Amino acid sequence: MTTNKVRGPVIHVQGLEKSYKELRVLRGVDFDVARGSIFALLGSNGAGKTTVVKILSTLLKADAGTASVNGLDVATQPADVRGSISLTGQFAAVDEILSGRENLVLVARLRHLKDPGKIADDLLARFSLTDAGARKVSTYSGGMRRRLDIAMSLIGNPPVIFLDEPTTGLDPQARIEVWQAIKELAGQGTTVLLTTQYLDEAEHLADRIAILHEGRIIVNGTLAELKQLLPPAKVEYVEKQPTLEDVFLTLVGANANNGHDRNAGTNA
Amino acid sequence: MTKHFFGDTTALLGRSLRHITRSADTIITTTIMPIAMMLMFVYVFGGAINTGSQSYVTYLLPGILLITVASGIAYTAFRLFMDMKSGIFERFQSMPIARSSVLWAHVLTSLIANLISLVVVVLVALLMGFRSSAGVSAWLAVAGILTLFTLALTWIAVIPGLSAKTVEGASAFSYPLIFLPFLSSAFVPTATMPGPVRAFAEHQPVTSIVNAIRDLFTQQPVGTDIWIALAWCVGILIVAYAFAMNTYRRKIS
Repeated sequence: MTTNKVRGPVIHVQGLEKSYKELRVLRGVDFDVARGSIFALLGSNGAGKTTVVKILSTLLKADAGTASVNGLDVATQPADVRGSISLTGQFAAVDEILSGRENLVLVARLRHLKDPGKIADDLLARFSLTDAGARKVSTYSGGMRRRLDIAMSLIGNPPVIFLDEPTTGLDPQARIEVWQAIKELAGQGTTVLLTTQYLDEAEHLADRIAILHEGRIIVNGTLAELKQLLPPAKVEYVEKQPTLEDVFLTLVGANANNGHDRNAGTNA
Repeated sequence: MTKHFFGDTTALLGRSLRHITRSADTIITTTIMPIAMMLMFVYVFGGAINTGSQSYVTYLLPGILLITVASGIAYTAFRLFMDMKSGIFERFQSMPIARSSVLWAHVLTSLIANLISLVVVVLVALLMGFRSSAGVSAWLAVAGILTLFTLALTWIAVIPGLSAKTVEGASAFSYPLIFLPFLSSAFVPTATMPGPVRAFAEHQPVTSIVNAIRDLFTQQPVGTDIWIALAWCVGILIVAYAFAMNTYRRKIS
């Protein structure tokens, strides 16, 4: 709704520092995220990815440095920032006792939108949850919860979405479904900042990748730029074997429910 | 954002009330303990306790009602703790809503759930022979005291709900509150207790609250007890609210 409010980077982070008591988690983090792009913050467990996301979504205050989202300062205009963002936290933050539809209606009501029922039904359809819409979320699978979680974040079309480790704990199929949803989002002009510890996830999704290590961003660039940091590729001939993921997805995938001979080697 | 405070609180209240209607077991577990105590004291120990002219169930009910609230607010802490743990609290806090409505929805839910439990316990007491000649104004006064008491204890419950590390930690705080009526005039007249115990019993909040409610039920002049009771409730409410808001501010900043 406020997509064209500011030019330049939609997320701007400079010199961000944060300590928990003695532990210095962030020691001067700088990065910018361009509008409509997918930016991946990569790092191992405890690198401070979630801390960055929490500061940007106004859940934590930084000790030093500045951060702005959609041209709004997270420290001085937190209420306005919250109007521009959605947070999908590390664990699917859905209400287990409510149904999927009720979860969506609740968020639509809290965003003060007209016709929450229709918004909920549209999102259920878009995330293939229509059949499960009336069921309690406690009966959902991990992938369905995550999809509902992301659907809840889209209500009100916020220009910036934070996804904190969106595929942690998901099976490969659910992971691909989530990836698909994220790509669609960026396709519609939403800026996505995602954190992940899976390198292939960043590789698949992100326009730019930054690596957070020991409280600082140690590299920041496109995948191609990052690859150039290593010695040039040398040509080797390697037999192309299917990965276990290829095998798994072929066997259990949606289009594999007819009677293929599953014992035969499929590496053509 | 505060212009949405009532709308947001209503939306979130609707959500947590669904938690109560969909897990009615919380109302049952909240009321079963006080009802069991009431049965035991009336039909087992009650015969040996001399409370003067009143029937023992009438004597006992005010204390049982306080125990009902004390065990009920453990669920308030539990529900809040689960919201913190599941991340839905953070989701709400990162949305453009009146932030404090998240807390107020829990407080109002606690109030409603406890009032339902109190009605259930009073109905059981009526079956067991509790009778009161109290008029409408006396019943309203009782409802007022119990509401104030519930609010005070609810704000106490908010503190562990926000800050506990484990489920057990979130509800363990209620055990001493459940125990407190035993060291008061709730079960036996304080005059029968040895010196130091009696001194404690007569100067802790439960005794004055129990005495005030009992006097209202039995149409006795309430005297100063009701003012001491109200002072305790308001005092606990203010202190608990201040600590709870302090804990809350540390959580959201």
